Amino acid sequence: MADYQTHEHDVLIIGAGGAGLRAAIEASTAGVKVGLICKSLLGKAHTVMAEGGIAAALANVDDRDNWRVHFSDTMRGGQYVNNWRMAEIHAKEAPDRVRELEAWGAVFDRTPDGRILQRNFGGHKYPRLAHVGDRTGLELIRTLQDHGIHQGIDVHMEHTVVTLLKDGERVVGALAYERERGRFKVFKAKAVVLATGGLGRAYKITSNSWEGTGDGVGLGYDAGAELIDMEFVQFHPTGMVWPPSVVGILVTEGVRGEGGILTNNQGKRFMFDSIPDNYKAQTADNAEEGWRYCQGDKNARRPPELLTRDHVARCIVREIKEGRGSPHGGVFLDIAWIKEKIADSAAHIQRKLPSMYHQFKQLADIDITQEPMEVGPTTHYAMGGIRVDADTQMSNVPGLFAAGECAAGINGANRLGGNSLSDIIVFGKRAGEFAAKYVKEHGAGQVNNDQIDEAVRRSLEPFERGATKGGGAEGPYQVQAELQEMMQDLVGIVRTEDEMQRALDGLGKLWERARKVAVYGHREYNPGWHTAIDLHNLMTVSEAITRSAIERKESRGAHFREDYENKDAAFGKVNTVVSKAADGTMQVRRESIPEMPEHLKQVIEEMK
Amino acid sequence: MNTATFSIYRGDSNGGKFEDYTTEVSEGMVVLDAVHGIQSAQANDLACRWNCKAGKCGSCSAEINGMPRLMCMTRLNSLPLDKPVTIEPIKAFPHVRDLVTDVSWNFAAKMKIKKFKPRPPDAPDGSWRMAQGDIDRVQEFRKCIECFLCQDVCHVLREHNKHEEFIGPRLLVYTAALEMHPLDTEDRLQDLKDAYGIGYCNITKCCTKVCPEDITITDNAIIPLKERVVDEFYDPLKRALKLLRPKPKPENDHV
Repeated sequence: MADYQTHEHDVLIIGAGGAGLRAAIEASTAGVKVGLICKSLLGKAHTVMAEGGIAAALANVDDRDNWRVHFSDTMRGGQYVNNWRMAEIHAKEAPDRVRELEAWGAVFDRTPDGRILQRNFGGHKYPRLAHVGDRTGLELIRTLQDHGIHQGIDVHMEHTVVTLLKDGERVVGALAYERERGRFKVFKAKAVVLATGGLGRAYKITSNSWEGTGDGVGLGYDAGAELIDMEFVQFHPTGMVWPPSVVGILVTEGVRGEGGILTNNQGKRFMFDSIPDNYKAQTADNAEEGWRYCQGDKNARRPPELLTRDHVARCIVREIKEGRGSPHGGVFLDIAWIKEKIADSAAHIQRKLPSMYHQFKQLADIDITQEPMEVGPTTHYAMGGIRVDADTQMSNVPGLFAAGECAAGINGANRLGGNSLSDIIVFGKRAGEFAAKYVKEHGAGQVNNDQIDEAVRRSLEPFERGATKGGGAEGPYQVQAELQEMMQDLVGIVRTEDEMQRALDGLGKLWERARKVAVYGHREYNPGWHTAIDLHNLMTVSEAITRSAIERKESRGAHFREDYENKDAAFGKVNTVVSKAADGTMQVRRESIPEMPEHLKQVIEEMK
Repeated sequence: MNTATFSIYRGDSNGGKFEDYTTEVSEGMVVLDAVHGIQSAQANDLACRWNCKAGKCGSCSAEINGMPRLMCMTRLNSLPLDKPVTIEPIKAFPHVRDLVTDVSWNFAAKMKIKKFKPRPPDAPDGSWRMAQGDIDRVQEFRKCIECFLCQDVCHVLREHNKHEEFIGPRLLVYTAALEMHPLDTEDRLQDLKDAYGIGYCNITKCCTKVCPEDITITDNAIIPLKERVVDEFYDPLKRALKLLRPKPKPENDHV
């Protein structure tokens, strides 16, 4: 084996967004040696993009809220294919995790009596999101970062993991390359936590940063971890659609929480037209009641703009398809209208939605206090991912844990806004806690030198394919762009068997091309090379999404099939499970969801 | 479709030069879009940092036509496109490659600042009470996205290389957020004077001008901290009075 620089940690955490940082803090508090790898600089992870807030039943604004309501909201939103134990833990533990952030220096917006303020969000029965204007993700990540740097965690910035290292069945570390110098490094560890976030970069229109290439899901899958429910990809209803260079960038649901309404090109507020039966009792049937809800009237029901994301996204697609869209292919989201209700509305909007105001002003030259925004659906979040044990977050591979977006279970078929920031702190903490526990119970394993040499050889191949600056072999960006277009067109918001089969054929061809891409230049800080390496995980997650989506022959939550438009009770009892067969092919099967215990069934019954 | 030319600094710590790239531009594009276009079609190995492309992560800092800015928040229609747009790395830190610099000093310097230390909780459930009016200022500071443009433009770091003695505007804002946090009980005044070198700042306000988050760095963070340091260490009358009186409680400690 060549001589690689080697680091040894007890727990190695891959990913330094909210879940990774929270896991690192917990593991180091438990007294084990922690290494944290991040693909970018510390504090730049996609968590900074989260705007709306952290869902936690603190009951500071509405005292009717509690974990039971949060649990049943989450299960209803997820169409009951969620891992009910994760949903239960999440609803119970989120308030403590939020209070803990305050103890570590987070500065949330306040209620008049000085407590943490909470705001309305889609699918949540009561105002539940602890927030800081519309930059809650930044507050969360900065708080964890600043608390974490005093904990003795070894942070390895701008490192990219190429493969997980295994000793028999068990994971014992990772091989990574350091971006600045392009050198490979071996990270030995007794346990590994994957906290790599999302996979939105598999699609053309996405709110995700370049980092969202499904690394954790791909790495875990290759190491033998099972994936579940990969067909559930959330398309956030409101991404920017204009100008072209900002297509996909998120417009927070907080805009609707503060009273923003959706209208079509005829000026009609279309969301009142289609309120699903299971939400009818909780949804306002007139504009006045919806406005009162946004103003905190406890007797009012929520406006239809705050129905779940899957539903709102589909309604928007319908308006656009039927010719009632806005000039640039979206619909209108209007918060400026509240000037009819509030005297100093411009200042109010700037205070409640400062970064949205800023974003539209600078990127689209639009003043959202005066005119409506144009918005449309954007790929936002993966409900599916690595299958983990609800309590410990360990995958089916010994020593391999996962938390946050790359782990699956809590959200079922559709995630409620705000449940992601609470997910990452609740389960990030648990992953760190149980990884540390695992480390204390298990010794070190052996890394396999042949595995390392092989991975290094494969990673360097793109340099050897004779690429030249002027042409020659195909570059990685072209394959990536074609993959994104294909997934957008064929495995997007509305799906059919025929199109998805075409996507599978397309994926087969793209796999071939991905294995032959070439890069030039040297290894130091080379984004072309990085993109070539990213392709493997992007292709893996795209194939898993497509195969799972073909397997689920019904429409549920974020997964909508034109050829099976309705929910099928039989599919309501199963998860789709993806695993890698011995011959390297991807297998999909259905597996029954364990029966929900009586006490939780009762909670759901009470909240109907 | 129109085209525009971008003169981008290419090279590493051994040196480099500007290279011109001409690419198509369209309505609404920002500088980062042009860099991405050049990267995918003409220069796969062009090194630059970026993440969110929405002005929230602070990764894509660069000097555009000589001004420190975020590439993702600089619209092309705000620049004269009849001549090449120059894009070069920020200058206050060691160069790595092309548009990327080694900003790790900022992370190391932050670790020297005493961490947040809250007073005991106000309520039995472990929570605190704070009035919104008392945290508005702190929230302004916490908008910082750590793009380090203020560090780049600060002459103490940029021209005089006082990285050993001075933490720079970003970390003074960070310290101000801690010092003005209603719950914090730590005292960082001695460190501000000695370890953090606040005296080096002579209030040219360049940092405030380049802040993409519009944080009033100089007026709201640095000057109040300077006043606190002066009160503590240089005002003979106040020093004498302090000997006679017990330390006052923090002004926000009222709920």
